[in-house]
Amino acid sequence: MNTKSKQDGGREKGAVLLEMRDVTIDGYSDDRWHPIIKGVDVTLKRGEVMGMIGESGAGKSTLGLAAMGFARPGCKITGGTIMFDGIDLLAISETERRALHGSRIAYVAQSAAAAFNPAHQLMNQTIESAVSHGIMPKADAEADAKKLFADLQLPDPDNIGYRYPHQVSGGQLQRAMTAMAMSSRPDLIIFDEPTTALDVTTQVEVLAAMREIVDRFHTAAIYITHDLAVVAQMADKIKVLRYGNQVEEADTRKMLKSPQEEYTKTLWAVRSLFKEEEKNDDVVLRMHEVDASYGGDVKVLHDVTIQVPRGRTVAIVGESGSGKSTAARVITGLLPPMKGEVYFNGKPLPPALKDRSKEQLQRIQMIYQMADTAMNPRHTVRDIIGRPLEFYLGLRGAERDRRVVELLELIELNEDFIDRLPSELSGGQKQRICIARALAAEPDVIICDEVTSALDQIVQEGILKLLLRLQSEFNITYLFITHDIATVEAISDEIVVMFQGGVVEQGPKSKILNAPFPPYTELLLSSVPQMDPDWLDTLLAERAKKGDELMKASG
Amino acid sequence: MSTETDQGYSAAAEVGAVRARRTVWENMWRGLKKAPLTAWFGLIVIFCYCFVAVFAGLLAPYGESQVFDVPYAPWSDEYTFGTDQLGRDMLTRLIYGARNTIGIAVATTLLSFAVGGGLGVLATIQRGWFDQILSRAVDVLMAIPSLIFALMLLSIFGSTILNLIIIIAILDATRVFRLARAVAMNVVVMDYVEAAKLRGEGLGWIMRKEIIPNIMPPLVAEFGLRFCFVFLTISALSFLGVGIQPPTADWGSMVRENATLITYGDITPLLPAGAIALLTVAVNFVVDWFLHKTSGLRDEH
Repeated sequence: MNTKSKQDGGREKGAVLLEMRDVTIDGYSDDRWHPIIKGVDVTLKRGEVMGMIGESGAGKSTLGLAAMGFARPGCKITGGTIMFDGIDLLAISETERRALHGSRIAYVAQSAAAAFNPAHQLMNQTIESAVSHGIMPKADAEADAKKLFADLQLPDPDNIGYRYPHQVSGGQLQRAMTAMAMSSRPDLIIFDEPTTALDVTTQVEVLAAMREIVDRFHTAAIYITHDLAVVAQMADKIKVLRYGNQVEEADTRKMLKSPQEEYTKTLWAVRSLFKEEEKNDDVVLRMHEVDASYGGDVKVLHDVTIQVPRGRTVAIVGESGSGKSTAARVITGLLPPMKGEVYFNGKPLPPALKDRSKEQLQRIQMIYQMADTAMNPRHTVRDIIGRPLEFYLGLRGAERDRRVVELLELIELNEDFIDRLPSELSGGQKQRICIARALAAEPDVIICDEVTSALDQIVQEGILKLLLRLQSEFNITYLFITHDIATVEAISDEIVVMFQGGVVEQGPKSKILNAPFPPYTELLLSSVPQMDPDWLDTLLAERAKKGDELMKASG
Repeated sequence: MSTETDQGYSAAAEVGAVRARRTVWENMWRGLKKAPLTAWFGLIVIFCYCFVAVFAGLLAPYGESQVFDVPYAPWSDEYTFGTDQLGRDMLTRLIYGARNTIGIAVATTLLSFAVGGGLGVLATIQRGWFDQILSRAVDVLMAIPSLIFALMLLSIFGSTILNLIIIIAILDATRVFRLARAVAMNVVVMDYVEAAKLRGEGLGWIMRKEIIPNIMPPLVAEFGLRFCFVFLTISALSFLGVGIQPPTADWGSMVRENATLITYGDITPLLPAGAIALLTVAVNFVVDWFLHKTSGLRDEH
């Protein structure tokens, strides 16, 4: 592996690799420069992994990129010094900096799917930087990449490089991207939320692979995330950011045991929400033995039966591709099933959307994962919430506006928001407006499709609390689709576990979340990161022990 | 802000620096102030043309087809730019020509956008065979060189102004259809369109309220460009003799009718040609600026 001379030189832990002093960064918006990072220090030694956490907008990514001496378009580094291994990144020329990027400093982005060029094979992209920086010849780089693929536990490492990005899964692509960053054996890697877009079950594999390889090559890393449990597995020390300021920094174990600042404590306390489960035998919505496909012979759902009791929350869990969202599409009528029925209040619903009456449509509302794309950017809050009022309830003019304000107050906003456009709202506010839009129709059932997964933890908690409150006030039924077990614990009464288009089990929360588990449920539950720095080690050890057994069950 | 230790979360309090709402006019003025010189030039030229077109009756010294005794009169105080082959005042004809040529071009472009844009958006919503049939029909129309096709159709149906407008509009609508279909395709897949379908909204509402507002910027830019092409096509057709028919004043036919003067060193026929060129350039300047503004590209600072 030691193909480079620089690796023979000191890579001992201890020497300071990256030193950022009093860095300030400004961003341009609204015709003005605003400070985004307000004087943060970072010290990173060789071989050390620093976790950087904070909500979105805290400046994590901006600071991460600044460690490369880079500022995104619309941002500029206005002050401080950034020293990388004795080189002042702010003083050197653009050309010199570019020579460092990809060779000595590498970057792993959140969305591997967006970072890979779909028109080229993985291999060419993986070795591109190593070859173009002249670190090694093409043949060596390819051989090395295959080794890296093997180290990262990608299947069929000798041939996977010759596939195109769309031919591998999301988790595999993220690992391939880590191999790409690693191919030139950088001294420093910036990981920017590399597992956020992945399922819990996939996330575990990617985390383990990344940690292994960073350890092996003694690479220093900055690991940016908003998920504390993940950073606990990866980092030697953690830095907490908020509003462009440092809140605190400490060793991982110390930080987890005794956070000093109030804000850090709130990050820890987030998962405190828990709903006592209640039973109800009055079934409002039932999918009965549904098969569905998107054309062709491949069934996306087979024999799915789900019962949803009135005024309760049923959570559908499973990894992506398990058919959770397809089930929602069948219920809403967007995808008429091949076989089976959907019953609403005991009566079968017409399978196709266009055959359903306005009243039937009104009864079932939907909230989407990405509030950004679920609201027309050209409509104001008044239009967005007002439309269902107009459409279903026939409210007009002042009467309608009054009701919009009532709904805004219900979702803990106020009438100042009525003329805002979606772009003038924060992520949490957008999702609240979407909730209000669903609520405006006065529905019986609301389908929530991953409604919190795009949000920060604190904002998530607020949204979940709101949903619970609305449920108790209006006796609304939720069908809650998610891959996040913590969310499920917080809000569900019943749980449906789905895997590869079928229902593994359905039952009350207390039964599903407690042993004994069917094998897939166990895999899913054990993959949820815990706030314990040893969690990943323990889990991997356990899985290795009974690996064969599990593989058999899940595959 | 970092000293804030309140543990409770309230969405209403979570308001960053929210800018005050500006009215549409304030926004337009702010945008204009930042416009480059070329855009300003274009806007002023377009404004002048529109002014002349609207007030042609007041500005022109003589009547549109008033004939004087002296054909091919030279420039003088009486006839500012001389007279044409029949003895009609050139300046008057130029002024009326602005009204006719621009008016017909605007009407044609509007019609082509209504037809092409409407069908394009409809095709993206309906998909399936509707989209297939329309798209292939458009392919066929586009395969025929449009000027020759227009010439042919005009000689079949006769060169009335109405025919001219309809024929050019339909030929031009094919381009608009393609653009509208392409940009609407990106909007149709958004969740908010799905949400509107789930709500049970009709086709018209989805088109008008959900899709068209979001594809306006590229369409408006295209409108400017299409206008230029239509304008040039009309002038070209008039020059060839099948466009706007005499005695209606029109720049294209004015160039043709007086072209012989060029051989005597008289630049009069260049005036209507110049008028066409200036307007085309001006519109392009404005469209360029608009495209740049709405493309979301930000200059690096």
